[in-house]
Amino acid sequence: MSSASTEDDDVPADTTGGPSLPRPIRFISPATLNLHRVYEQNRQRLQKKDGSKVPDPTTPQTKGKPRLLLMGQRRSGKSSISSVVFHKLPPSETLFLESTARIQKDSLNSFMEFQVWDFPGQIDIFDNPNFTFDMDAIFGEIGALIWVIDAQDDYLEAVARLNSTILHLYRSYPHINIEVFIHKVDGLSDDYRLDIQRDVTIRIQDELSDQGVENAPVNFHLTSIYNHSIFEAFSKVIQKLIPRLGQLEAMLTNLCRTCRFEKAYLFDVNTKIYIATDNTPEDMASYEICSDYVDVIIDFTEVYGSWPRSQQWRERLEGEPWSQPLEEQVACEWAESGMVLADARRPIMLREVDRFLALVAIMKEGSYDKMPQINMNVDVVVKGLTEFFEITKPKEVVGPAQGLASP
Amino acid sequence: MGASPAAGSAAGDSGGPAAALAQLKKVKKQKVLLMGKSGSGKSSMRSIIFSNYLARDTRRLGATIDIDLSHVKFLGNLTLNLWDCGGQEAFMENYLSQQRAHVFSNVGVLIYVFDIESRDVERDLATYVNIISALVQYSREAKVFVLIHKMDLIQPMTREDVFDHRAALVRRKTAEAVAIMHKQKPEQLQAQSQLQPPQVAPSTAGGDLSINLQLFATSIWDQSLYKAWASIIHDLVPNLSVIEAQLASLGLAIDADEILLFERTSFLVVSKWTSREGERNPYGDRFERMSNILKSWKHTCSKYTGTPRNAEQFSDFEYKMGATFSMFATKFTTNTYILVCMPPGEARFNSAKLNVAAARPWFRFLDGPVVPAQSAAGGGMSSSQVLGSTPSGYSGEASVGAPEN
Ligand SMILES: Nc1nc2c(ncn2[C@@H]2O[C@H](COP(=O)(O)OP(=O)(O)OP(=O)(O)O)[C@@H](O)[C@H]2O)c(=O)[nH]1
Ligand SMILES: Nc1nc2c(ncn2[C@@H]2O[C@H](COP(=O)(O)OP(=O)(O)OP(=O)(O)O)[C@@H](O)[C@H]2O)c(=O)[nH]1
Ligand SMILES: [Mg+2]
Ligand SMILES: [Mg+2]
Repeated sequence: MSSASTEDDDVPADTTGGPSLPRPIRFISPATLNLHRVYEQNRQRLQKKDGSKVPDPTTPQTKGKPRLLLMGQRRSGKSSISSVVFHKLPPSETLFLESTARIQKDSLNSFMEFQVWDFPGQIDIFDNPNFTFDMDAIFGEIGALIWVIDAQDDYLEAVARLNSTILHLYRSYPHINIEVFIHKVDGLSDDYRLDIQRDVTIRIQDELSDQGVENAPVNFHLTSIYNHSIFEAFSKVIQKLIPRLGQLEAMLTNLCRTCRFEKAYLFDVNTKIYIATDNTPEDMASYEICSDYVDVIIDFTEVYGSWPRSQQWRERLEGEPWSQPLEEQVACEWAESGMVLADARRPIMLREVDRFLALVAIMKEGSYDKMPQINMNVDVVVKGLTEFFEITKPKEVVGPAQGLASP
Repeated sequence: MGASPAAGSAAGDSGGPAAALAQLKKVKKQKVLLMGKSGSGKSSMRSIIFSNYLARDTRRLGATIDIDLSHVKFLGNLTLNLWDCGGQEAFMENYLSQQRAHVFSNVGVLIYVFDIESRDVERDLATYVNIISALVQYSREAKVFVLIHKMDLIQPMTREDVFDHRAALVRRKTAEAVAIMHKQKPEQLQAQSQLQPPQVAPSTAGGDLSINLQLFATSIWDQSLYKAWASIIHDLVPNLSVIEAQLASLGLAIDADEILLFERTSFLVVSKWTSREGERNPYGDRFERMSNILKSWKHTCSKYTGTPRNAEQFSDFEYKMGATFSMFATKFTTNTYILVCMPPGEARFNSAKLNVAAARPWFRFLDGPVVPAQSAAGGGMSSSQVLGSTPSGYSGEASVGAPEN
């Protein structure tokens, strides 16, 4: 689970110094509490083994973190997007957000550390009479530039500004992914959405090729904060920044095959961004239900799992007739959950991978009976995943090594 | 229309000597008035609670013409007769004049909705006072729930103050209305209600001593709506003490920390039991929060499976959070879901699941709208003999009779 913090140091530009964005109350998934201990243990263990490999969570460095820049016209929805996706602000409350006066930098500690910079729409960084921006400081470590266009408004000026931005960047920073969010598409008909997307695409490509720029890495997404589309779009953007993504996908594909899963996702629990899925075709409906399932689990965890139980409670439960520490009474130290849908008895399962990630899968009909075996296979894949992210479980609980149990 | 809730013995009685048991199973009807200015959100909340609308779907609702009557079967032997009264002025005047007796007699509950964004507060309150007067005149015993609604439109920081201020105003107006009625028509009031000796009109504040008034801040955009409606429903559900006693013994038997019983369609919490440890839970709003979570989950499922919203969407759920806690939810009786939260541990979990399945027969009376005594031949009601006494042997699948399937 990620934790976000706002950094105000080394801001390359602070032009107005006006009121800063009121920060929404931040939601920290309580599962973090459980997992933090494990993570710390593991970190210290790693430190003994190999000091250089250790992630140090206490000193956030700006260097080496991919950066997502949110740019676009005033009121196009940049701050709303960042608040909804990274701070769990309910979409309806974005109505109360104030216009952004200075660059708002969030640092996210998740499975991978990255930064999100929310720009004020009123400032043009390339053409500002008062201030010269340090372009390298802004674009040097960029992961992606997200350009937000308000689809419910006249977007010609936004497109023109985007074009000039692309032209500015293309020469000095040709590898920056440019992700165009055609935003606020809620309330627009499907046909109209596609019309807008086509129109925007053509306007950008024409302008770029007029300027002699071909094949600029520009991608388009239709988004809205009122549904899952914004999370799905972010998922796509972030997946491009994950090294060795193919390897992750192969693991999930393999899992689906051995366990007869219809679809499996690896979620960043806190943002509900999925960072990998298996190789079956994309399917918005499965993403939605899996993502909502993560929500359900987070809520239940907060309500029932985030406060300490009393000592008497523990003593009673560990006394006769159990006579075992609670930790030994459970089969799995990580969160695991399953639900059977009424229609076709098509179960959904969730398994926590580490303190940031969870595996969520939709199973095929009738596979609920095979749960014990499925759990075994899932365990193996989870182990592979934790190794992938170099966060392995504490040594004492790692079971004997096993291959994917064959059916 | 439904019989007087005060009398407690409504229609649907098949006659004959009613055993204590039959008493429990009697069909009970409750007349619930939903009133307030046009556009205040009455039909919206009704649709969300009872017809599984999403909040955003309510934008499509048109103004209600006259009175929209619906009968909501709730936990089998309670039927809510919901009178959604269109709030346009002409209709309101009509309720207060021509239809006065028809609308205001035999009312169990009045739910009055104020739109917090309304520009003309004075006028809204004047109408409210008239409605309260009519209610006191015809249904002295009715409970009144005032919902200060659309709170989402108020800046979060000031919500509490705005609500407190408005609530104080409503309380004062209510007291005034009641006081006036007492002065004007003491004889009539007396005739209406033998139980309540006519009181001297309270001259100052605290007037809600003489009328059962509860206020809630609500919005269709968050869980506050479930909190308000769960309180409304809670008071109406028959046999509540029996249900609660049964839940308590189940909870103790399976070592649970909390048990919630949800009504199947609305997902309102109709009953709950909490252990001493569970009482330490700092989340005081967890019951309405659970309703909200599960209801929106139901929507997700319905969208995914393509089945109708009111259809059953999931049957079994379990969640084990390592050595912290475990929980499971399952379809319980025809009209209820049960959610059990308990300490961690595989063995404990498995035996709790078995015991909950085994306890189903104790709760089946929740769903039986018929009097069972005579229909004994048909079987299926075998659970009835245990009613009233605390079940003694929750022990695995043994002795309790086959779990319903
Ligand atoms: N309908 C709809 N409205 C949205 C959406 N996203 C944001 N909005 C609204 O757009 C308005 C402006 O949002 P902001 O996030 O403050 O815009 P911004 O781009 O940060 O603006 P500046 O800070 O001035 O550059 C708010 O009222 C949001 O509620 C969306 O997906 N759909
Ligand atoms: N912002 C906000 N809007 C709400 C809320 N509840 C209802 N509304 C909106 O208010 C409008 C009117 O709601 P209705 O439920 O039709 O109002 P009504 O009280 O039934 O009106 P009449 O039938 O004319 O008496 C709808 O567009 C709803 O979406 C709320 O809590 N917050
Ligand atoms: Mg902004
Ligand atoms: Mg209406």
